[in-house]
Amino acid sequence: MKLLTHNMLTSSVIKGVTKGFPLKIVASKVEVREVDYNEPFIIKTLSKVDWPALHQAANEVGYGEDLPIELGEDFQKDETLLRKIHNALLQVDIIEGELVCPESGRKFPISNGIPNMLLSEHEVSS
Amino acid sequence: MANSVKVMKRKELEAYLQDVEVFENPKVKLEQYPTTPHIAACMLHTICCTYDDLTDKSVVDLGVGCGVLSIGATMLGARYVLGVDIDEDALDTCSRNLQDFEIHTVDLLAADVRHLANPLNCHLHKRFDTAVLNPPFGTKHNQGIDIEFLKAALALSRHCVYSLHKTSTREHILKKASDWGVEAKVIAELRFDLANTLKFHKKTAVDIEVDFIRLQHKTDGRTV
Repeated sequence: MKLLTHNMLTSSVIKGVTKGFPLKIVASKVEVREVDYNEPFIIKTLSKVDWPALHQAANEVGYGEDLPIELGEDFQKDETLLRKIHNALLQVDIIEGELVCPESGRKFPISNGIPNMLLSEHEVSS
Repeated sequence: MANSVKVMKRKELEAYLQDVEVFENPKVKLEQYPTTPHIAACMLHTICCTYDDLTDKSVVDLGVGCGVLSIGATMLGARYVLGVDIDEDALDTCSRNLQDFEIHTVDLLAADVRHLANPLNCHLHKRFDTAVLNPPFGTKHNQGIDIEFLKAALALSRHCVYSLHKTSTREHILKKASDWGVEAKVIAELRFDLANTLKFHKKTAVDIEVDFIRLQHKTDGRTV
């Protein structure tokens, strides 16, 4: 699971949970796998990324040191920063671990890189 | 995956997709019939070359199954693909396929597609340029699931949705699209040869008529 994917996941469909975002990451195995860098794609993708959630997630898995707490206005011109963001969004891969709902504590396993967000019917709010 | 300036030919793509492993034990309840390499290649090549909705795009594949559409989309230049499926066995097969193809830009998620259109899942909404899907037809015991897949695909995409539906449901799908305020067009009519993939098919081969449909958001935030 890439952090770009994590940036979109919530546990909000669980009964009683209001936001369920961002899910806390507890990682036991993380890999970094090279992905082609494409600057326009990263800039376009960033327009929809929840930055605080990405920053927090990157820190939780040990790859957040180089990321600023806030994304400044000139980030589009800063290739060094964009490459670090590329790394955090697309190259860092959580292979084993779990996602934890910040409100209910419900855990979602990540196994073989695949987060399992399946819920049983009684957990889902109608 | 290397950048290719020139788009791969359809036949070449189809040849590669022959190597995608398919369902070991297809589940009737989930209507798990694989998208054949031929149909996948036709769909993806059209999406790429006629509409330019794959190269450098982010793509979501709902009901990813064994991953033939996600793999093909990546070969045609998609930068990031999220494949969602409710079936963990299918996701395992898909994951092996991705490894075999040495693709690192497709992420998989075990989730119920029916929950994704829910406004509570807003962080997923409008995050993808393009949605591709071969949904359950929703004509057996799960009526309406095709429509739920389409709703989720529209919620997650900013620009376009490409989907397959039984030709017999065409009027219904087009009516729904009109209700949702999106433009819908049947791009091609295909024949699906289900060749005993699911056990309730008693004949040796069952051809069914399928529409390849494109739905486009009327106001889209397309920037590239």
